[in-house]
Amino acid sequence: MSRMETLTTPLLQVEHLTKRYGTRIGCADVSFDLWPGEVLGIVGESGSGKSTLLSCLAGHLTPDAGRVIFDTRDGPRDVLAMGEPERRRLSRSDWAFVHQNPRDGLRMGVTAGGNVGERLMAVGARHYGDIRAKATDWLGRVEIAAERIDDRPSAFSGGMQQRLQIARNLVTGPRLVFMDEPTGGLDVSVQARLLDLLRGLVREMGLSAIIVTHDLAVVRLLADRLMVMKGGHVVESGLTDQVLDDPQHAYTQLLVSSVLQV
Amino acid sequence: MTDHAYNFAYLDEQTKRMIRRAILKGVAVPGYQVPFASREMPMPYGWGTGGVQVTAACLTPEDVLKVIDQGADDTTNAVSIRKFFQRTAGVAVTDATAAATMIQTRHRIPEQALTEDQILVYQVPIPEPLRFLEPRETETRKMHSLEEYGLMHVKLYEDIARHGSIATAYAYPVKVEGRYVMDPSPIPKFDNPKLSDSPALQLFGAGREQRIYALPPYTQVVSLDFDDHPFTASKAPHDCDLCGASESYLDEVIMDDAGGRMFVCSDTDFCASRRAEGHVGRLGEDQFSSKKIANSFEGICGGAEGTQ
Repeated sequence: MSRMETLTTPLLQVEHLTKRYGTRIGCADVSFDLWPGEVLGIVGESGSGKSTLLSCLAGHLTPDAGRVIFDTRDGPRDVLAMGEPERRRLSRSDWAFVHQNPRDGLRMGVTAGGNVGERLMAVGARHYGDIRAKATDWLGRVEIAAERIDDRPSAFSGGMQQRLQIARNLVTGPRLVFMDEPTGGLDVSVQARLLDLLRGLVREMGLSAIIVTHDLAVVRLLADRLMVMKGGHVVESGLTDQVLDDPQHAYTQLLVSSVLQV
Repeated sequence: MTDHAYNFAYLDEQTKRMIRRAILKGVAVPGYQVPFASREMPMPYGWGTGGVQVTAACLTPEDVLKVIDQGADDTTNAVSIRKFFQRTAGVAVTDATAAATMIQTRHRIPEQALTEDQILVYQVPIPEPLRFLEPRETETRKMHSLEEYGLMHVKLYEDIARHGSIATAYAYPVKVEGRYVMDPSPIPKFDNPKLSDSPALQLFGAGREQRIYALPPYTQVVSLDFDDHPFTASKAPHDCDLCGASESYLDEVIMDDAGGRMFVCSDTDFCASRRAEGHVGRLGEDQFSSKKIANSFEGICGGAEGTQ
C-alpha cells in the first residue's frame, strides 16, 4: 500500500516556475515532475537558466511565480510557501546540494571528519564516537582513506574535495540531491571515477537527483530523464537516450552534434 | 579639577537610558545579544569599554564597586577602571567580594559565592560564539534566530579530533535556558558552572562589537558537550602555594630559570582573606605577598611597595 503511494506521488512537482532578473528572464514557465528514485538532467549552454532554476528549487533564490511542491514526510507541501526555519530544516535533512566548486560547499578550515559530521550534528547527533564512526564509514564510501579523516580539505586534491562534499551531503540520508556541475573543473579520469561513484550511490540509496550540467556525457551516464534549456525556456524534454539519440528541437540537435568525438 | 564637568559616572543620562533599555531587553531574553549604540570611552578598545558602559549605566552613588582583572584587584586594567569610577562617580570601592554591590570583571568569576544584592559585569571582546566558524554576521544572526547550533559542536568535534579531548579551556560555549548559545566571555571553563543558577544578575558588555547580553538571577546555563566527552571544569591539579586552597582556580607563576614554579589563587581577594584567616600554603610562610607576585606576573617588577 505504502509502496503504491510512493509510486503514485511525485517527490517534487514544479509548476510554472518563473524567475526574472529585472526585465531579463532567468527561467520562464518551467514545469516538471520528479519521481522517487529518478535522476533528472538539465542541460543547456551557459546563461540558459539552468543554475537559476536549480537555485530556485533549492530555495537559494526566490522565484517570481510558480509552485514547488515537495513530498515531505508529512505529505506534499509547497516549499515556497514554507517559513524559512522549516525550509532550512528540510535542506538539512531531506535535501542536499552539491556545489560545482567544492570550496563553496565545504568548510575549508575544518577537518574532513568535521565536515562530514556537521550535518549530523546539525540534526542533533551528540555522541562523538558515533559521529566519527559514521564519518569514517562515509569517507570509505567515497573512496577517501580513513587516515585522512583529520586532514583539512585544503590538503585534498580537487577530486577528493568533490568526493568529500558528496559524503558531507549524503551522510544524513537525504531523499533529493541537487547537483550543480558536479564534475566541472575535474580532469576526465577523475570525472569518470566520480561519475561511477555517484551512479553507485544514487542506485544504492534510491536517491532522486537533479543534475545541472553542460556535459552531455554526464547526463548520458547518470540521468534517466533530460530537460534541455535555452534562453530560460525548456525547449525539449524526455528520456535521456531518446533526447540524445533522436533530438527534435533545432537547438538540441546543435547541442548533440557539437560534442567532440575522440 | 575638571571632574565636576562630567555627569555622574561619565556617561550622560540619555546614553545611560539607552544602555539600560538594552540591558532590560537582554534580561528579558537571556543570552540574546542586544545591539546598542556603544560610545567612545576614554580608554582603548580591549580595555573593557563595554563593561565600563554597562557599569556606568547601572551605578548609583550608594554602590560599592569592585573591579577585577584575571581575578586580581591590583592589575593595570582593574586599577585604571576603578580609578576611573572613583574620579567620575565618586563611589566607594573595595577589594572584598562580599562588600561589593557592583563587580566589574575581566576573565574570572570571584571564588566567593555571589548574592542577590550583587551585579556582576563582564568585559567581552567578541560576543559571537559562532564567529570563528561562520564569519558572516547575517548568517550567525539567522543561526541564532532559527536555533541552528550544530556548528558549535563542530568546534568541539575539531577539538577532540585534534587533541583527544575538548581542549577549549576558556570562552567555553554555553546554552542559556535551552535556547540561545552564548559566549561567556573569556572566563576559564572552571568558572562555567558558576554561571548557572547564580543569585546575582550577570551582565555582559562588548564595546567594540556593540552588544549587550545578560543572565538574570537563577538562569539555567549548560556548557555544551558530547555524550561521550562530557564537560569538565578543569584547573591546575595543585593546591594554592600561598593559602593552601584546593578548590580555587590557580595561576602558574614561573619562579626562576631552573624549573621553579608556584601555583597561586588567581582570585587575590579570596587568597588574601584565607591567609588572614590563618591558612598557609606550601610557600606561604616566606616573603612573598600575593600582590608582588601578581605584579611580577604582569611584568611590572618591584613597585613602590617592593620589600626587597
